[in-house]
Amino acid sequence: MTALVSHSALLTRRSLTVLVRQPAYLLITLIQPMIWLLLFGQLFSKVVDIPGFTSDGQSFMAFLTPGVVMMTALFSAAWAGTTFIEDMSLGVMDRMLASPVRRGALVNGTVIYQGIVSVAQTAVVLVVAYAAGARFGSPGIGIVLTIAAAVLLTVVFAALSNALALLTRQQETLIGVSQLLALPLTFLSSAIMDPRLMPDWIQTVARYNPLDWAVLVSREALSATPDWGVIAWRGGALVVLAVVMSWLATKAFGTYQKSV
Amino acid sequence: MPNALGSTTTRTPRTSSTAHGFAIEATDLVKTYATGRGTSPVQALAGLSLTVRQGEVFGLLGPNGAGKSTTVKILSTLARPDSGTAVVAGYDVTQHPDAVRRAIGLISQKSSSAPMMTGRESILLAARIHGMSRHEARARAAELLDRFSLADAADRLTKTYSGGMLRKLDVAVGLVARPTVLFLDEPTTGLDPEARAQMWDEIAHLATVEQLSVLLTTHYLDEADHLADRLAIVDHGRIVAEGTPDELKSELRGDSVVVEVADQAAGAVAAQRLSSLDALDDVTHEGRVIRARTRSAAGTMPVVLAALEQAGVGVASATVSRPSLDDVYLHFAGHSFEEEPRGYRTKSGVPEGADR
Repeated sequence: MTALVSHSALLTRRSLTVLVRQPAYLLITLIQPMIWLLLFGQLFSKVVDIPGFTSDGQSFMAFLTPGVVMMTALFSAAWAGTTFIEDMSLGVMDRMLASPVRRGALVNGTVIYQGIVSVAQTAVVLVVAYAAGARFGSPGIGIVLTIAAAVLLTVVFAALSNALALLTRQQETLIGVSQLLALPLTFLSSAIMDPRLMPDWIQTVARYNPLDWAVLVSREALSATPDWGVIAWRGGALVVLAVVMSWLATKAFGTYQKSV
Repeated sequence: MPNALGSTTTRTPRTSSTAHGFAIEATDLVKTYATGRGTSPVQALAGLSLTVRQGEVFGLLGPNGAGKSTTVKILSTLARPDSGTAVVAGYDVTQHPDAVRRAIGLISQKSSSAPMMTGRESILLAARIHGMSRHEARARAAELLDRFSLADAADRLTKTYSGGMLRKLDVAVGLVARPTVLFLDEPTTGLDPEARAQMWDEIAHLATVEQLSVLLTTHYLDEADHLADRLAIVDHGRIVAEGTPDELKSELRGDSVVVEVADQAAGAVAAQRLSSLDALDDVTHEGRVIRARTRSAAGTMPVVLAALEQAGVGVASATVSRPSLDDVYLHFAGHSFEEEPRGYRTKSGVPEGADR
């Protein structure tokens, strides 16, 4: 157990060291959310005036902020497996697997790293949203739970990305996943639209969409009158899914080793 | 049919392997890879057995695709065999992979340095993963960087390293936890001659001074000849000969005769003519090159040249030499080393089995 913890810490630090040497990567991941927040948010600012849109008197940008935070987390996390694919094409993965490193630590290392990246991204999005005029009912607990939800969503999709990287060993798969998952999951959630104005079938699908869970946790927590039932249920579901996906990613190592 | 030349490919119970002084003992390893798309699976290993004694450099020699890397992957716990057993440093690789991992160092074919990390960081990470304290890891890293003449480049990103420096770093990382068994998978492939010579010195040093047991794979005959105490020739996933380089060479009676004729068409004619000579044995030919063995080096050449002249064949070159590992390979594998094993030529020069 202590080996798992120390190996996870060592591998997380390895990734962070590399990130610090290439800070441009972090900046690139922030371009998309800025476009959504500042351009899309302005373009559709009158959406809140549609009858039935419950905005609690908030601006559309304030409504949109949790959605943009979670989209950003999902987009970044979908690429997490890239580290494994690079390690596999170099000899790094082979040497790691021939050393006493715990398999779980290899997954943890990239997932925790993605989680830390997600905290930074979330902070930037929240600061920019505030600067652009978005105001929230309960910023204190809201920010804490927004970050927590973003990290959990990151764990879910980073673990999925790792598992796919190990099973297919191709960068193309990760491109496919981020293309096929990210935008559809966004549109099948309340990230950019009030659920009450969605078609029924999308409302139904959204109930099973982890992105929607994370958005709801964040939006409720940031609102003046949080619905703690929604937060507890959706947050709990995210925790369970994150644990399951991490376990699956660790299992994928076994499959990878059978194929080499 | 493994040809156990002066070696000990005995089938001992696996748990008692250390008592025999074996660093590695592999028995009947079989590994098949699915290739997908309805194609038949490829058998990488077809019952490979080998033993490496403690403190020796054991060379695994064969062309690409013969099964060398698969053997290393199984012995270093990266891959699991379909069947067969392997004991490394006293532990079964499938039952106690963690114990094996603590006792081995793996220097794989591809460089294992992350490009955006420094040399020192690469060694430190490996040391800490092996459970060393921060202080121990720093001391060990400094020691290894110094030993491999990387101290000046220690704090530069490895993406700025030359191929030779990367390879040295790989070896340094492989040695970090003072392994007893070291795997070197084609350690000099892609290196320039100078870096290659340095690597040879280093490998020789590891075995003689540090008493490491080394399993070395290579497709360079001269490398195997130079470094290996004993070697095995791998062909189509099994070992076809095993022994010291000298033993393998002396297995071939007499000297080696190589004749190159002027054109392709004359090859078959010349081979046929030479086969009928009493002075020559084991006549084979590939294209314009005819190889044979002779017991009486001095008297042979005039006879050979006279016979070819009589047959009206133009000779481009003709040599007699002590057998090389090249000849050993030809003898045991049934085809010359440069040829891919799956497209090897018969005596008539027609590719055989090229469809596999």
